Amino acid sequence: MAEREQIRKSTSSRSDEETVEEAPAGSEKGEQLKAELDDLLDEIDDVLETNAEDFVKSYVQKGGQ
Amino acid sequence: MAIRKILGLETEYGIIHRGTDESNPIAASSMLINAYIASLERTDRAKGPTAAWDFEDETPGNDARGPIGGPAMPPEIETHLVNAVLTNGARYYVDHAHPEYSSPECADPLSVVRYDRAGEEILLASMAAAANLLPPGQELVVYKNNSDRKGNSYGCHENYLMDRQVPFGRVVTHVIPHFVTRQIYTGAGKVGSELHGEEPDAVGFQISQRADFFEEEVGLETTLKRPIVNTRDEPHADAQKYRRLHVIVGDANLSEVATFLKVGTTAIVLCMIEDDWLNREFVFSASVPALRTVSRDLTLRQPLPLADGTSISALELQWELYDRARKYSEEFGLEAIGHDVGVAVLDRWEQVLSGLETEPSSVARQVDWVAKQRLFEGYRRRHDLPWSDARLAAMDLQYHDLRPARSLAARVDLERLVDPAEVATAVTEPPEDTRAYFRGRCLQRWGSQIVAANWDSLVFDVGDDPLRRVPMMEPTRGTRAHTGSLLDSSSSAAELLDKLGS
Repeated sequence: MAEREQIRKSTSSRSDEETVEEAPAGSEKGEQLKAELDDLLDEIDDVLETNAEDFVKSYVQKGGQ
Repeated sequence: MAIRKILGLETEYGIIHRGTDESNPIAASSMLINAYIASLERTDRAKGPTAAWDFEDETPGNDARGPIGGPAMPPEIETHLVNAVLTNGARYYVDHAHPEYSSPECADPLSVVRYDRAGEEILLASMAAAANLLPPGQELVVYKNNSDRKGNSYGCHENYLMDRQVPFGRVVTHVIPHFVTRQIYTGAGKVGSELHGEEPDAVGFQISQRADFFEEEVGLETTLKRPIVNTRDEPHADAQKYRRLHVIVGDANLSEVATFLKVGTTAIVLCMIEDDWLNREFVFSASVPALRTVSRDLTLRQPLPLADGTSISALELQWELYDRARKYSEEFGLEAIGHDVGVAVLDRWEQVLSGLETEPSSVARQVDWVAKQRLFEGYRRRHDLPWSDARLAAMDLQYHDLRPARSLAARVDLERLVDPAEVATAVTEPPEDTRAYFRGRCLQRWGSQIVAANWDSLVFDVGDDPLRRVPMMEPTRGTRAHTGSLLDSSSSAAELLDKLGS
C-alpha cells in the first residue's frame, strides 16, 4: 500500500505530453517489446485485408442492443 | 452481507457474408448457428443440443424503477429465429441480426472468462461448419467488436445477481462513477468518432468502442437512446429475493485480463453497494458527457466535473474505488465472488491502474485499447499515415476478427488467464457451481426429451402427458454439489423427474 502511494506521488508531476506509446528508454524489457512490435509491423501487411478501403466500406452491420 | 454474485456475459458478434452480393445478416446469423448445431448432431447425436428456447418467463419490459419509469418501448422478443441451448448451459441464438452467445451462469469472474472464451471457440467452429455448406469462395466471418464504424452498434452485456432489498437508487448512484471510469482498462479501443453529428475524423483514436452510443443516464432501452444504467428488471430467478443488474455500457474484450477486470471490479463494486460500504458519492455534473470525455482522454487525467463543484479524473476515481475495495476485502472478505478469485481481481486492478498511471504501454498485454493503440501508432509512424487512412480503419476491425489467420488481437501477445484445455472443456461442459450444471447435464444426457429450456426452467417430454416443467428459480442451486448424485443415479429422465417429485 505505502509503496503504491509513493509511486503515485512520484509520477504526479509527469508531463501529460509525454508520448504514452513509447517504451521506457533504456530498459531491457522496453527494448524487447519494441523489437517485438517491429517484427509484428514487418509481417502485418500480409495479414491485412488486401483492399482495406473496400473491406471497411463493406463492413456494415444492423444496429443491435 | 453481499449475496453470491452469479455472473454472465452476452455477446452480440458482428457478422459478414463474404463472396456474395446478396448477404442478409439475419439469414447469415441463422445459417451460422444452424450449421454449428447440425455439426454437433452429426458428431454425436446424443450430445447435440436439441432443446429450443422457452419464452414463457421473458419480461424484458419490466423496469427496475417500477411502473413510473417513464415512457419506453419494451424490447420485442424475437421468437421465430434460431435459438438453442447448449450442453455447457449457454444460449446461442440470433438477436437483432447478430449471432449472440450468452454464457451460462458463472459463480466467479474467472469462470466468466473461461465461458466467454468458450463462446469464441463456438463461433469459430460455427464458421468452419458454415464453410462446409457454402459454395466455394463464400465465407461467414464474425467479429467480436461493438460497432461497424458507421454508427451501428451492438452490445456485450453483463449480468450480475443482486439482493432485491438493496434500493435501486443506491445502485444507480454508485455504479455510474464506476461505469464512466472503468473504461480506462475495459475499453477495446476505436479509431475515429461515431458520435451523431460529429465528423468521423474529429477523433484520432479513443478508448471505448461504445461510448459514442450512449445518450441517457438511466433507462429501459437497449437499442436506441442507450442509457449508462439499464433498468431492465427481469431477474430470471425468484423476483422476491433477487434482481439481475443488466449492464449494457461495456465493450466486448479480446483480452482475458480485461474481461476478468470488467466483471470482477464491477462485481466487487456491487458487493460494496449491497453492504453499504461506499461512503463517498461521486455525482458527475453530467455523466453522459463524462463517459465520452473519458473515452477520448488518452492521458486518463482530464478532470471530470462533479455536482459539488469539485472534479476528479478517471484514474483518480478508479484509485478511490480500488482503495475502498481493498479495505472492504479486509473487513468483509470476498466470498461473494469466491475469495481467492476476488483477491486476484484486486491484485490485477492495482497492477493495471499502476501501469496505466506510470507507463500505459506496460499494460499492452492486458488492456485492449493500449494493445491496439501501440500497434496502430507503430504502423502510422512507419507509413506516415493520418488516422483517417483506410488501412487503420481496416486494422481497427481486424483486431476483432476471430479467425487466427486474420486476427490482430491474436498477434499482440495478450496475456492468457485460462488454459486452452479448460476452454475446450467449457465448450461442452457446464460450470459445476451454478444451476447451469443441472441444465447442461440434463441436455447432455436427455437432450432429446427436453422440449424447451430457458434460464429458470427445463420442460421435459417423457412420453406421458402432460409436459413436465422443472423450475430452477434459484441460480445458486442445481450445482454439482446439489444435484450431481441425483443426476448420476437416475438412469432416465422419467426417473429423475420422479425423484424430483415434479
